[in-house]
Amino acid sequence: MKKRLLIYLTIVSLAIATILTGCGSGNASNTTAVESTEATKLAIEPELKSEIESAAKKEAAQEQTEGEEAELTIFIAASLTNVMEEIQSMYAEIAPNVTLTFNADSSGTLQTQIEEGAACDIFFSAATKQMTALEEGGYVVDNTVVNLLENQVVLIKAAGAKTTVTGFEDITNASSLTMGGEDTPAGAYAREIFTSLGNIDDVLAMEINEGANVMTVLTAVSEMSNEVGVVYATDAASMPDAVEIIAAAPAGTLEKPVIYPVGQIVNQEASQVRLDATTAFLEYLITDEVLKVFKNYGFSIYAE
Amino acid sequence: MMDIIKNINWSPLFVSLKTGAAATIIAFFLGIFAARLVMRAGKKTKWILDGILTLPLVLPPTVAGFFLLLLFGLRRPFGSMLYEKFDIKIVQTWPGCVIAACVIALPLMYRNTRAAFEQVDVNMIYAARTLGMSERKIFWKIIVPIASPGIASGTVLAFARAMGEYGATSMLAGNILGKTQTIAVAIASQAAAGNYDVAGFWVVVIVLVSFTIVAALNIVSGSTSKNIRRWE
Repeated sequence: MKKRLLIYLTIVSLAIATILTGCGSGNASNTTAVESTEATKLAIEPELKSEIESAAKKEAAQEQTEGEEAELTIFIAASLTNVMEEIQSMYAEIAPNVTLTFNADSSGTLQTQIEEGAACDIFFSAATKQMTALEEGGYVVDNTVVNLLENQVVLIKAAGAKTTVTGFEDITNASSLTMGGEDTPAGAYAREIFTSLGNIDDVLAMEINEGANVMTVLTAVSEMSNEVGVVYATDAASMPDAVEIIAAAPAGTLEKPVIYPVGQIVNQEASQVRLDATTAFLEYLITDEVLKVFKNYGFSIYAE
Repeated sequence: MMDIIKNINWSPLFVSLKTGAAATIIAFFLGIFAARLVMRAGKKTKWILDGILTLPLVLPPTVAGFFLLLLFGLRRPFGSMLYEKFDIKIVQTWPGCVIAACVIALPLMYRNTRAAFEQVDVNMIYAARTLGMSERKIFWKIIVPIASPGIASGTVLAFARAMGEYGATSMLAGNILGKTQTIAVAIASQAAAGNYDVAGFWVVVIVLVSFTIVAALNIVSGSTSKNIRRWE
């Protein structure tokens, strides 16, 4: 009796497992079939590829609404997490067949991942340094980079906490500081500000908790684990109850404004459908309704 | 290669060693006492206690880190009480590193010790009692020596886990060079910054250090358990 029960249970669990994997991979196998046929078509006639592409892009916008399914992988700077989530739900209503998958981390980490071969369609960086480095390495598709947003660097403390720090100049009064590492744009900007103010050596001698990305820094300050932190104005605005801005970066301390460029990354495994979806989404990002959303979150639109 | 070694800041190594040693010592005693408690517990209490004690091992370390943050975070009731009354800060400090590593290493020590205790012949304990030994003497002079191979292997595992702890440590203790940046956190930071050569160097260091200490522990514990015969 016990043995039979065990056998039945094994058969039922195996059946459930097979059904689940079958259902799950159903969609994936369809898209891979489409991608492989598209890829073979393109491989056969490379000279005509660019002509086909431009013709396809003209119809891309219309095709998206009735088109085949596409999944885009978008690498975004950590500070863009909240605003891109809202844009994702907005885009889902316009192009429900396109699934957007975000990978949010410090721009330095994302740059490394792209250089190490991660499959990525769009890169939205928090600084031009990483985008330029990728452009020089040949990872970016030509003429797709747009310097889209501008942000401010601010000094924050936990809401309601007492601190004697009044700005970037007297930050050494704090018992502990958190900021991004050198490879994160936020950390690089912070160090640039302190270097301009002349107190970089004193700051580096402080107890610094190096955050892996700017969201880590923000959470550390909101949890009062560190007294003060350097983040973007948009991050401080995302947690209005938990953190307070002490001061913004003094004028002239940053050589260049904080610019967020967005661009298309060369993706070897992308099908034509995916490339079209990428272009369509990039075009969507610069429409007025999306720019309004960015402004709601505290970003400024970069005007050259 | 040589200029990496010249320019490197050796503090992650010292932080890791200190954390590993401290966490192992604490886990050693706590694990033994926890195992003793469970051995003497009634059936129901046994299951519940065992479940709670083994949980940090089963769950992802970030869960342990999350709970530790909830407990010791300066915004949270217990953490703020500790800070205001006793001026004790656990987050972003070295004690935080040790506590995180200990929480993760404790289940390993506990499970191995308990398994070893279960193998102890109860008649030994009864015999010792008839000879008039106190309970404490029985525990430390009879039970623990008999269970020593299991306790030793538990200690080795606990040390290995404490040295290699990353998730809970980085959540609770943060990444402060010189204070809470262990080798594991240093490797992650350097790899994220793209300094693969420095990260690789630290990988080699921790492999060598861990291997040496584990081998040493094995040799030391091997010589005290002469009744373990080699399988021929």
